[in-house]
Amino acid sequence: MKSFFGAAAFVLAAILLWTGVARADGSGDPKAVKQEDGKYYDKDGNPTYNVKPDGTVDWYTYSGFIRYHSECHVCHGPDGLGSSYAPALADSLKTIGYTDFLSIVANGRKNVNTANENVMPAFGTSKNVMCVIDDIYVYLRARANNAVGRGRPEKHDDKPKSAAEAQDACFGTQ
Amino acid sequence: MRYVSLPLGTCIGMLAALAAGHVYADSDLDKAAQNPNNWAMPSLTYDAQRYSTLKQINTGNVGKLQVAWTFSTGVLRGHEGAPLVIGNVMYVHTPFPNNVFALDLNNDGKILWKYEPKQDPNVIPVMCCDTVNRGLSYGAGKIFLYQADTTLVALDAKTGKVAWTAKNGDPTKAQTGTSAPFVIKDKVLVGISGGEFGVQCHVTAYDINTGKQVWRAFSEGPDDQILVDPEKTTALGKPIGKDSSIKTWQGDQWKIGGGCTWGWMAYDPQLNLVYYGSGNPSTWNPKQRPGDNKWSMTIWARNPDTGMAKWVYQMTPHDEWDYDGVNEMILTDQQINGRQRKLLTHFDRNGLGYTLDRETGELLVAQKYDPKVNWTTGVDMNKNSPTYGRPTVVSQYSTDQNGEDHNTKGICPAALGSKDEQPAAYSPETQLFYVPTNHVCMDYEPFKVSYTAGQPYVGATLSMYPPPGDSNMGNFIAWDGKTGKIVWSDPELFSVWSGALATAGGVVFYGTLEGYLKAVDAKTGKELYKFKTPSGIIGNVMTYMHNGKQYIAVLSGVGGWAGIGLAAGLTDPHAGLGAVGGYAALSNYTALGGQLTVFALP
Repeated sequence: MKSFFGAAAFVLAAILLWTGVARADGSGDPKAVKQEDGKYYDKDGNPTYNVKPDGTVDWYTYSGFIRYHSECHVCHGPDGLGSSYAPALADSLKTIGYTDFLSIVANGRKNVNTANENVMPAFGTSKNVMCVIDDIYVYLRARANNAVGRGRPEKHDDKPKSAAEAQDACFGTQ
Repeated sequence: MRYVSLPLGTCIGMLAALAAGHVYADSDLDKAAQNPNNWAMPSLTYDAQRYSTLKQINTGNVGKLQVAWTFSTGVLRGHEGAPLVIGNVMYVHTPFPNNVFALDLNNDGKILWKYEPKQDPNVIPVMCCDTVNRGLSYGAGKIFLYQADTTLVALDAKTGKVAWTAKNGDPTKAQTGTSAPFVIKDKVLVGISGGEFGVQCHVTAYDINTGKQVWRAFSEGPDDQILVDPEKTTALGKPIGKDSSIKTWQGDQWKIGGGCTWGWMAYDPQLNLVYYGSGNPSTWNPKQRPGDNKWSMTIWARNPDTGMAKWVYQMTPHDEWDYDGVNEMILTDQQINGRQRKLLTHFDRNGLGYTLDRETGELLVAQKYDPKVNWTTGVDMNKNSPTYGRPTVVSQYSTDQNGEDHNTKGICPAALGSKDEQPAAYSPETQLFYVPTNHVCMDYEPFKVSYTAGQPYVGATLSMYPPPGDSNMGNFIAWDGKTGKIVWSDPELFSVWSGALATAGGVVFYGTLEGYLKAVDAKTGKELYKFKTPSGIIGNVMTYMHNGKQYIAVLSGVGGWAGIGLAAGLTDPHAGLGAVGGYAALSNYTALGGQLTVFALP
């Protein structure tokens, strides 16, 4: 009896694991395991999102929505869902990891051949993007994992002091 | 002003005009434009009415229209503008890389020559809203193309060989070209793009034969840069005075001021005035640029020989919503209050349809051409009021008053406006304007951004959605410019993003974002014909006659700002958590394409 229940429990756990309780995107398991003043990290130290059961998102996810819709929306469409010519980043981040994401945004991307002329600019020198690049990453990561739906998140944590300080230092503002 | 057969009196009038110094140095374009079988300039005629006198196709037979022939441009991306037809040759342009084809209409569209510019693809990422091009111009035996990298090219119309080139701007500073050049007498005029990149934009005139720069007029800056005369240039009848632009900007902000000139132009040969509009001031964050930001969002009337401005009118002082003023200026002669007037009608992004006296710049009508427009209660039309000519801003929808890092909700229209560059048409038979409109609202949140040359300088977050209670994102309307009233309105699922065409056959044509070419009755708006082309239409419908047969043609190829904002579909941000679905997604109706479809009666 014991072994039967043990086996059943094992199978049940395996099924739970398979059916997506543990997700994975380009950076691996997005589950937040560490938190530093409102900024969340996964087990590999990559920035990640945190969504409370009532839908409240962490500050960086909310900030990422704002910044994405200022800097990226013009090509990549609303809510990371793509345009007629730029890919849906909510899909792309299912396979692109954090370091590759940083590299593509900083250096740009060229896809020029006889059928296609798709060029993404290099944002490496743009403070408006690079100072908030983790915010944008975290938001898109949440979208890729369907942790956050379309549109502006209704509820979010307050802006942490360290976020304000980091932005001021990066932008060079008071 | 319309190029129809000239009675004797007009010939004498023209001789008198010649004597007065209006030398028509380019009779080549004039001759070509006078022939109603041709489509010799981007808007068919200088008055930009997009009205063809061809009437072989009419309300009785348009239902029988068939595809006559087609041509693939070989390029995918948004296809704006329309081809030219002069004689037996059709000239087709494409989005980046901006190829040009000369097609032989006597030979089923065989390619006589093609021009394939070699441009640095690094210009692509600094084009804010897709790599579109709004078309070619013709004059002095040459075809003019304005490339994305701001090179203005003159091609021999017969051979396609480059006659001259001129560099109008610097793409490394995010200055780009998307508009159609405009030929007036011995000059070619071009604007420039970069309003989302902090470019100080301008209009430049080049010599049609040599490509040498003749004059350049900026949209903001000191008087000698913007080419105004403080005493003679007027706004609403009053001289604009010294430093009218720079005193409405803080410090040096005018140097990254925007006011870009990527739209359409019109010309009155009798008054010798060229008309165009300037776009949004940089940034999208109004708190970062206090002042009226003149002369962004302005209708300009300039002398094309010297560039000097005769009059100006700023429609949206201190813009808070990105309502560029670059849409087309349509010139008509109509009666207002029993008096025949020379008019200019303009359907602005801000949702107001303006009618002005094009000789003096007097404001006659300013009314909403979409009933849901809400950021303003209207324009002060009282000539004695200190705020004469200014729109009254509704505080609830003022992104400036609500401030930075605050989400201003429910503003109508959205930044893409009640109408964007897609041009309207006018029929002198019905005296109605036929206007392709957007029916979309937005939430807008400004925030601080820093400027780096060549990088986006935006500073606002947008969410767009149809007005509450409506599911249609567009309407095709008929508008009476004398009274400022909508006469009829055909709803469309998506924004109507094509240019309209009116004809003497009593038919009006437009294209939809799903890809339908549609024909409607000019009097009633009743749909008479539709055909699904291969991809969404953001081009302008045109017509021409060849070997006694009338043709209707339009470019298909979804893109432009419609392809960005509408591809994934809009959602209602105020529907609350758990709201089901959103609005129709354009990507469920069409994919990329690049084709010219030409229609005719069987």
